Amino acid sequence: MDWTRILTNVVGELVAPTTAAYALAAIGLNVHFGLTGLLNFGQAGFMLLGAYGFAISTIAGWPIWAALLVAIACAVVFGLVLGIPTLKLRGDYLAIVTIAAAEIVRIIGRSTALTDLTGASSGLRGNSYKESFQALSPFPDGNTAIGPLEYSNNSSNSWWIRIVGWVLVALACLLVWRLKNSPWGRVLKGIREDEDAVRSLGKNVYAYKMQALVLGGVIGAVAGIIYVLPRAVQPDSMGRPMTFFVWTILLLGGAATVFGPVLGSMIFWGALLLIKSVMRSTVPAEVMGTQQIEQFGWIVVGVTLMLLVIFRPQGMLGDKKELAINAH
Amino acid sequence: MRPHVTTDRSSRTGAVLLALLLAALATLGALPGSAAPARAAIAECMADASTGCVNGTLRTAAGEPAVGVAVTVEGPAGEVTVTSGPEGRWSAPVDEAGDYTVTLDESTLPPGQTLRDPAGNPRVVTVRLGAAAGALFPLGPPADGAGEGPDAPAPDPGDESVDTGGAGGEPGLDTSATGSTSGGGVTWERVAQQALAGIVFGTLLALASIGLSLIFGTTGLSNFAHGEQVTLGGIMAYLGVQTLGLPLVVAGALAVVVAGASGWLQDKFLWHPLRSRRVGMTQQLIVTIGLAIALQYTYQFFFGASSLRIVTATPESIRFGGVFITRTSLVSVIIAAVVLAGVAYFLVATRTGRATRAVSDNPALAAASGISVERIIRIVWTFGAALAGLGGVLMGLYLNATAWNMGGTLLLLMFAAVTLGGLGTAFGALVGSLVIGLLVEMSNLVIPSDMRYAGALVVLILILLFRPQGILGRAERIG
Amino acid sequence: MPTDRSHRQPDEAGAPTTHGATAVAVPSRADELRDRFAGLDRVPGVPKPDPIVVADHVTRHFGGMTAVDVDHLEVERGAITALIGPNGAGKTTLFNLLTGFDKPSTGTWTFEGRSLSGTPAAKVSRSGMVRTFQLTKALSRMTVIENMRLGATGQPGENLGAALIPGLWRSREREITAQAEELLARFKLDTKRDDFAGSLSGGQRKLLEMARALMSKPTMVMLDEPMAGVNPALTQSLLGHIQSLRDEGTTVLFVEHDMHMVRHISDWVVVMAEGRIVAEGPPQSVMNDQAVIDAYLGAHHGTDLGDDSLLDEAEPAPGATDTTPEGTR
Repeated sequence: MDWTRILTNVVGELVAPTTAAYALAAIGLNVHFGLTGLLNFGQAGFMLLGAYGFAISTIAGWPIWAALLVAIACAVVFGLVLGIPTLKLRGDYLAIVTIAAAEIVRIIGRSTALTDLTGASSGLRGNSYKESFQALSPFPDGNTAIGPLEYSNNSSNSWWIRIVGWVLVALACLLVWRLKNSPWGRVLKGIREDEDAVRSLGKNVYAYKMQALVLGGVIGAVAGIIYVLPRAVQPDSMGRPMTFFVWTILLLGGAATVFGPVLGSMIFWGALLLIKSVMRSTVPAEVMGTQQIEQFGWIVVGVTLMLLVIFRPQGMLGDKKELAINAH
Repeated sequence: MRPHVTTDRSSRTGAVLLALLLAALATLGALPGSAAPARAAIAECMADASTGCVNGTLRTAAGEPAVGVAVTVEGPAGEVTVTSGPEGRWSAPVDEAGDYTVTLDESTLPPGQTLRDPAGNPRVVTVRLGAAAGALFPLGPPADGAGEGPDAPAPDPGDESVDTGGAGGEPGLDTSATGSTSGGGVTWERVAQQALAGIVFGTLLALASIGLSLIFGTTGLSNFAHGEQVTLGGIMAYLGVQTLGLPLVVAGALAVVVAGASGWLQDKFLWHPLRSRRVGMTQQLIVTIGLAIALQYTYQFFFGASSLRIVTATPESIRFGGVFITRTSLVSVIIAAVVLAGVAYFLVATRTGRATRAVSDNPALAAASGISVERIIRIVWTFGAALAGLGGVLMGLYLNATAWNMGGTLLLLMFAAVTLGGLGTAFGALVGSLVIGLLVEMSNLVIPSDMRYAGALVVLILILLFRPQGILGRAERIG
Repeated sequence: MPTDRSHRQPDEAGAPTTHGATAVAVPSRADELRDRFAGLDRVPGVPKPDPIVVADHVTRHFGGMTAVDVDHLEVERGAITALIGPNGAGKTTLFNLLTGFDKPSTGTWTFEGRSLSGTPAAKVSRSGMVRTFQLTKALSRMTVIENMRLGATGQPGENLGAALIPGLWRSREREITAQAEELLARFKLDTKRDDFAGSLSGGQRKLLEMARALMSKPTMVMLDEPMAGVNPALTQSLLGHIQSLRDEGTTVLFVEHDMHMVRHISDWVVVMAEGRIVAEGPPQSVMNDQAVIDAYLGAHHGTDLGDDSLLDEAEPAPGATDTTPEGTR
């Protein structure tokens, strides 16, 4: 077994753009669930909309800041549309509506009726929209090696996207930290505990929930952009499994904590790669094929999610006394 | 109330219900040629002095061969059904010259495929002995709006995991569609055909949804892993027929028993302990999601990501006036209706059934009036899972294939159905399922077929927008 | 209706009152109210000299059942009004309606002359009518002080934008914290300041919930069964707090099953049965009203309304109970 190669890959995975994108998406979900107690099972929908909004407007020739605004606007509108009917209802209705709405986005995105816009199920190729982002890079072309990791400076899977991704993660953490420790965050926490009590104290619960839903959704949309910049916009890779992985990441790190989503994402992707790499080099192909090892990895994810929620619902960084998962 | 008396009764009712399920399954025997070898049908017809051939090649709009499509040729020599082979080629031998009616079973088309010219199906060809007559059925977007059969859930492995993010792609019932743009050409015949498809789909959906609804009613849990019970039924039937070579009836019955047992085991070893530990509902809901992920990939681990055909023989079509239904669908819907009637009888007329409704209505009150709530919940899990399993078997037959994610793609439709009908009530689930089934199939008439599930989900959101009180049941008292 | 504000206690309502204030207020406020109510008819819906809440034709149906059917109700400003009645009389439902937590089938009502019908709960609270709940809603995974801070109004940091800039809300936060600490001291919860609310006893949670409601300095508090589940040792202290609220000029409307409490601290009693108001009057007379006995004892036969034996004191005069909180603690 080539441990050096495996460990290098795992370290690479820890800082990969995908890891950053998932961390960012989980930070958004943390605003929903960790801070406010909203059961959003449509985070992938926000991400997909962000990705479409960015890619389609860039392809249409808009500058990168305008494309970013379009992505954010998509998330805001989506959040409002979801929130208006459901934020007054019981929590699990929001769960069903958000999961359904994210599916609607995906189904419409992959529909042949919109092929010209979204490329249907084959999606939008990365090269068609990533140029404006790469043009912003201050680095010269070429490759750079830092320690064992070597990536190109600017093209698809580059240092540039890694730097932007992780800077955004850091900014989002700062934002969540600031909000969580503000009176605004206190109201959200009260809503998470018992929204009727907060209502009886004169706070407009509906407005607060809506703000949280939209804010977390916007962070999700930005995560979607980071996710698709090194690859392509493929609606089918941004469906329900993606939402569930974001949930696993959040609960792994610890809901309602500032760094939980970041730690969760790194451990999730790092451990998954480690398990799969080790199995590939130790389990004979007759026992488990490559594809089966891949599937085995996802089975481990599902079982981990179950065990985590049952035995350590506060996650790695959470405090059990301040458990974010509501009792009812 | 003396507990052992109740237990006796309930186990008897349970046995009766199980017998009913099995009896209903026995009628599956009426289905054609269960595990009949598919190769015979694919064998090329050679025209000679005493044989004539009808043949053709089916290609999808994208130019790929359309495999496994059923074509029935009917005429003076009787009736023969063949399926298209790996190259999309099909051919049927006949031993008498004359005019033959060639019918393509649209429900066996690859997912998302439609006939470019629905009016050309069925068509009549003249066959001479010693020669081959062609019958071409071009696929693609219809010129004037096409009817379309139910899609098979055939996940396309090429769609997924190429992407390093690893969020496994989720091609499902709505997969890789070269969807038809419809609109225009809405004829009464098409409306009737789609309505029939909707009723069949809705009835099968109801079997799957009842457990979801009753589990919610009795425990308050939104079970996101219920779809995997449906898949389990389909896959077990596949395993029984294709791997173990059992007759379809036996395999189907076995699948239902396995699904029921899995429900019992799940409640015994997972949900009951969680309830005892007073694990919150939100936590339990997330546990169901973890379970759904684990089960889906377990199915994929053992059975792969491609679609699995429980029965490879091609079903025959039956014609009622202007509408077609395959014999499989007809028998499936009859079985489903019989079982649903049995469930209704159970809920209304038996002691355990009434207790189930009482628990679903108000668990605390039911417990106070001497009903053993945990026992009822165990029964609901077992039979809910068994019904879902039966739904999976029949859905797998109706859709012509099952797959690791069949239940997952149906899950949201089930949620839509039970939400529409009123969460927690069995009869609501039945009505809701029929409405959703009709909605999904009828929406084909006005929106592109690859968007029809989106239509049903939009309706789900609209219900919540306009009738939240109705679906919430009672308004909760505050304070 | 005359809305004469002079009835409020100008001298005591102004300054925040601490421990000793209740004892000083003893004779004046309760006696004055007794005199004021003495001349009123003891019939359902009787007009009050200075009503703060006026409700008309309020009904609420659940399916075929009528939970509330109140033709006319006035609540006097600055007094302690008790709402009593057997289980299922519609008391809590009426509370929910008045505070915007439920929507009526018909009816209108005003609070300080402004219509509140159809107003959302949060807005009702901001207008000065704050409620507590029968089952306490202490936010159990927040600390006691955080619970209190949440009750305050006028914190600019509760806006998303302002929350990002601490300079905009830090000074207000200090004021709020000082106010919260003062109230906690008054409710003898100051030692629990940094504990999670979930770790408090049932009675302490009731106290916390009431203290939290006072953070917004409401003109009227609505208490839904403040004594339910409270340990008898805390009962006296709660009674004292309610009376001192009244003595500071706050209107109190409370739902209660405990007849001793009703008799000892309320200035006026409204009796509900089967959704309707069946009697009104001062506590002493209403307990003897035949309609009340019928309505009430139908359900609780053998209960002696207003039996003093459980209240551990010799002096039955209403004013005297005011001194007990200090005495017993």
